[in-house]
Amino acid sequence: MKLDVPSDLGMVGDAVELVASHLPPGTLSPRRISFNLRTALAEALGNAIRYGTGEDPDRVVSVRVELGGDVVRIYVVDDGHGFDTSRLPDPTHPDNLEREYGRGLFVIRHLVDDVAFNEKGNGICLTLRAG
Amino acid sequence: MRFTLKKDKSGVVIVGVEGQLIVGNRQELKQKVLDALEEGSRKFVIDFSKTGYIDSSGLGVLVSLSKKIREQGGELRLAGLNADLQTLFELTKLDTLFSITRTAEEALTAF
Repeated sequence: MKLDVPSDLGMVGDAVELVASHLPPGTLSPRRISFNLRTALAEALGNAIRYGTGEDPDRVVSVRVELGGDVVRIYVVDDGHGFDTSRLPDPTHPDNLEREYGRGLFVIRHLVDDVAFNEKGNGICLTLRAG
Repeated sequence: MRFTLKKDKSGVVIVGVEGQLIVGNRQELKQKVLDALEEGSRKFVIDFSKTGYIDSSGLGVLVSLSKKIREQGGELRLAGLNADLQTLFELTKLDTLFSITRTAEEALTAF
């Protein structure tokens, strides 16, 4: 499955529903689809639209879903400059707890089985396994 | 997705979140609560019993609202989190920042 999502934060919810509703039954448990997959994909799309494409309506974020046995891999790629994921502060540190932003990648890492980035830093791969 | 606001007889504003609270709709929730704050309401309960998922932008708006409400001498409480959402609050340690009750009714009683 492939889709191009307009660079509009208002489209994130619909794009997430589209992907979640097209996964074949039994790929992942309903609970992991309804929470882990939806939340992680919303995070990845939100980051790509806000930071990667700057909410520019003339740009899109690409989503590709690959199914393999008991694994779902979702690639989210934007055409931005990428960012260094190793320099993000810990959002659970007491000094950061009341900050409005900065939890996205932390949340993703806890909801999926594996997270990988492309070399440029403008693409993320979310891996969820059955079980 | 929709947000509902109603006021109980003691003046507490109960905000229902149906569907999801994410980057695409968080500003709508924020504006509704800020409008109620501007109109004089000080006690708020956000009821997540009909909420499927919340992303980090949704969490961030709750943090921001809580701060603004406290600055006005009020309080924001959260209620009705399912097991997955409760875990999300725990792993982000936001459970230490909010008063969280099992149901909206419990939150109202505790005010």
